[in-house]
Amino acid sequence: MTGSVLGALANVVGILLALALVSALMVWVERRLLGLWQDRYGPNRVGPFGLFQVIADAVKLLFKEDWVPPFADRTVFVIAPAIAMCATLLAFAVVPVAPGIGIVDLNVGVLFFLAMSSLAVYSVILAGWASNSKYSLLGSLRAAAQMLTYEVFMGLSLMGVVMLAGSFNLREIVAAQEDLWFVVPQILGFLIFAVAGVAEAHRLPFDLPEAENELVAGYHTEYSGMKFGMFFVGEYIGIVVVSAMIVTLFLGGWHGPLLPPVVWFALKLAACLLVFVLLRAALPRPRYDQLMGFGWKVLLPLSLLNLVATGGIALAVG
Amino acid sequence: MLGTLRTMWLIFLHAFRRRATVAYPDEPVRLAPRFRGRIILSRDPDGEERCVACYLCAVACPVDCISLQKTEDEHGRWYPEFFRINFSRCIFCGYCEEACPTYAIQLTPDFEMSEYHRPNLVYEKEDLLIDGTGKYHDYSFWAVAGKAIHGKDKGEAEAEEPPVDIKSLMP
Repeated sequence: MTGSVLGALANVVGILLALALVSALMVWVERRLLGLWQDRYGPNRVGPFGLFQVIADAVKLLFKEDWVPPFADRTVFVIAPAIAMCATLLAFAVVPVAPGIGIVDLNVGVLFFLAMSSLAVYSVILAGWASNSKYSLLGSLRAAAQMLTYEVFMGLSLMGVVMLAGSFNLREIVAAQEDLWFVVPQILGFLIFAVAGVAEAHRLPFDLPEAENELVAGYHTEYSGMKFGMFFVGEYIGIVVVSAMIVTLFLGGWHGPLLPPVVWFALKLAACLLVFVLLRAALPRPRYDQLMGFGWKVLLPLSLLNLVATGGIALAVG
Repeated sequence: MLGTLRTMWLIFLHAFRRRATVAYPDEPVRLAPRFRGRIILSRDPDGEERCVACYLCAVACPVDCISLQKTEDEHGRWYPEFFRINFSRCIFCGYCEEACPTYAIQLTPDFEMSEYHRPNLVYEKEDLLIDGTGKYHDYSFWAVAGKAIHGKDKGEAEAEEPPVDIKSLMP
């Protein structure tokens, strides 16, 4: 009994630390990769290859004044970044990293992930509302509409996978991909989920809630110090979570030849993270109505089509 | 869709391009042959100061960063009592070098002169004077000038005719 409790604790702490470390390192990875793809170097001064830039940034954020603007709604203002961190961290709890590594084995894992990623919207909206500033509010308005749009077919695009695997349990979904990754039969679902995932993590090209060149910094305009840091790291955790979900649902999770399962999971996760950064390096931000139009007029019908086709084939095959 | 993927591929290819960044303090920066940097005062081939304190550089200076005071030694040579350049104002335009009739003031290819305190950027004559002749090795103003100084009378300069004796009728 004590052994299993200790094992579970080690699992939780290990995954939490690894997630925090990966998310923090993403700050550095993103800046180096953006530099790479923009023909420059990126941060390469602090430590080997600039790796300690993360530490420097963290120290800077920690030592900044923890400032709450006098016009802000203090309680909500303080709670909002915590929600951002908690919701995204919780969403990672259901991710099966490898056999034996993973925090919980929920039978509704997919739904839990969707619920947690939807909860993260609250942090954005509450932050924008509590800041009492026009840019923040505009940013959170956009976030609300964007999440509403992309949440819908994000869930729908996963239903094909659920149908094929016959389960909402992420472990069973991974187990069902032993022979064939779901990215092949569910290519449409994969693409739709990837787009929705980028929007969910509000990353470029779907970073309209932040849109620095029109909204200052969007919903976190008024934030500074470690509260801003929580939004910042929360965003990177969001990227990691969405990437982990893509790996789990479509890219076969831990399955792969030769290498141990954890390594395969890490490799696939890293590849997804690189694509996230590449997206940011390559694509411009669409106009707001284009974003909404694309969501409702293109992706929603496509995901419904995917659902109908998958359901039909599943019925026909039995 | 295809266009988007093409964009992403093209951006990805940039990973293998040459960096546009010049990692300056690590690698030396390329300077043009006539790069204008820190100003120096040169000496003539005999090792004497070339500057004759004519003030032309101070007049030419668009930012008024040159300040000097003329004085004269016992031989009749003019020289600056002090010569001061405020490099926190200098724009390295080189007008002083163009204005100088004696090649005394010259611009060098050195530009690395950062300081933590502004007053340290005010260079006095001792800081400006170099031991050599700079870009013009053989030029000596006093050797060609028509002004009489100790050891060289009127008409004794290079390529100078002896003065005409206007009191005499002889050709």
